[in-house]
Amino acid sequence: MNGSIRPTRIGIEGVFYSLAHAPDLVRFGSKPAREIAAHPELGAALKSKLRSFSAAVAYAPHQVYIGNITPKELSGLPMPWYEKLIEGATAQGPFGDLVDQEWLYSMLRAADQFELVTLEEAWFNDRGPARRDGRKARLQPLDGIQALCDKGALPLFSGARLTGAFAAAHAEDANLSADVLLENLAAKVTAAHALRSVLAGLRTDPSDIDYVISCSEEAVGDRYNRGGGNLAKAIAEEAGCENAGGSDTKAFCAGPLYAMVHGASLIQSGVCRKVAVVAGGSLAKLGMKFESHLKNGMPVLEDVLGSFAVLLGPPKDGEPCMRLDSAAFHPVRAGASPQAMAELLAETPLARFDMKLTDVDRYGVELHNPEITVPSGSGDVPLTNYRTLAALAVMRGQIQKNQMADFVKSRGMVGYAPTQGHIPSAIVYLGHALNALRGGEIKNALLIAKGSLFLGRMTQLSDGCSFLVEMNGN
Amino acid sequence: MLSGKKVIAIGERDGVPGAVIAECLEGAGLEVVFQATECFV
Repeated sequence: MNGSIRPTRIGIEGVFYSLAHAPDLVRFGSKPAREIAAHPELGAALKSKLRSFSAAVAYAPHQVYIGNITPKELSGLPMPWYEKLIEGATAQGPFGDLVDQEWLYSMLRAADQFELVTLEEAWFNDRGPARRDGRKARLQPLDGIQALCDKGALPLFSGARLTGAFAAAHAEDANLSADVLLENLAAKVTAAHALRSVLAGLRTDPSDIDYVISCSEEAVGDRYNRGGGNLAKAIAEEAGCENAGGSDTKAFCAGPLYAMVHGASLIQSGVCRKVAVVAGGSLAKLGMKFESHLKNGMPVLEDVLGSFAVLLGPPKDGEPCMRLDSAAFHPVRAGASPQAMAELLAETPLARFDMKLTDVDRYGVELHNPEITVPSGSGDVPLTNYRTLAALAVMRGQIQKNQMADFVKSRGMVGYAPTQGHIPSAIVYLGHALNALRGGEIKNALLIAKGSLFLGRMTQLSDGCSFLVEMNGN
Repeated sequence: MLSGKKVIAIGERDGVPGAVIAECLEGAGLEVVFQATECFV
């Protein structure tokens, strides 16, 4: 490494990841909703392959997500993981948790400020006082819930039981329809849970947070401000960060790494002292590949909403940090081929410090769970990304061609994140990276995220962002 | 053999972009009637 460079480091105080199990909301995912409308018989088929909460907890990739199993340990576990469940698995991990659908409904209700959520009163009262936190509940008997659904509200089921209704906020504005608002509120409550949890774990008072950046993917706004946003402020409010300002940073799947760079920059500039970077789950992506899973006789694996929260602060001696001066962005002039992306997002930041690709101990890339993507023909995304990096190392003469597999094995990992867009995109590895850095297993990691800007039909461009994490003091 | 054929080229974010596929196919004499890059995850 170039010894003449004075590193710019920002402390990573902690991270928390959560998965909200939402089997009865899978039907409202974009793909299932469209396919079931066209082929109603798929509704029953989907329902028959939904997982229980205990099966979701014991699913090995989820245990990696919350930190109870390392990615390396996952690669040694027999597949299919959905059959080889982890015995004795718990819903709490060292840096994450899984919460059930009942919790999610309760949180949706508690966070609702616009009379969107109505719960069936017998079901709600059965849940007990623990579920009565937050705002006064809107309750109706079952026939009242059914009447709301008949008028267009989305039915909230718990298995076969109708337990609530989610209403639209406007009769004509498509941006305030029930399905859009359910997506948005689900993102808000799952992100707020991750934020509350990371702060509780660090014993940090929510009022100490200066700024919250949300990189959730939802478009919050009405018909005159579609995607106008600042979900961050709503999340900060929900998590009790009364002194925080906030704003959204969006760049498709690359959003979280951009948000980290922006948050770190606010700290480096002296504008803020503590910044939280958060994201809620993507309800639209639930069941995205459910047809492939059904065809293969698998459970519908895209049944969880992923969320995370990272707390950034001033760097501390002997603690993990991000190298703000390593941040790299994919420029407009750049190409979108895998090689071009790897050159810009891996070689460019490393070159600043005279580092080679082989000087990075671990790469965090798009860490989609291959058990979800391979059956649908989308391939093993992390493996593809790691092979590209290895091929680049061969081209540069840093390794021999016959060392590519070793490069992939030692510097990469198996994917374990649900296909939640922004969640799998490198940021999901940060929790394990912090542990590996603290334990001395690695001396650095390079996080690389890519974004698919072309999906919005405004440009053909791709996008990406990357940066190094390491221990402060190295 | 391929010259004059019409093709649709769908690229993938983590693989080969649609525009790259289209350029190769056009170079081989095919007519690309539609190309796009999608993200399947």
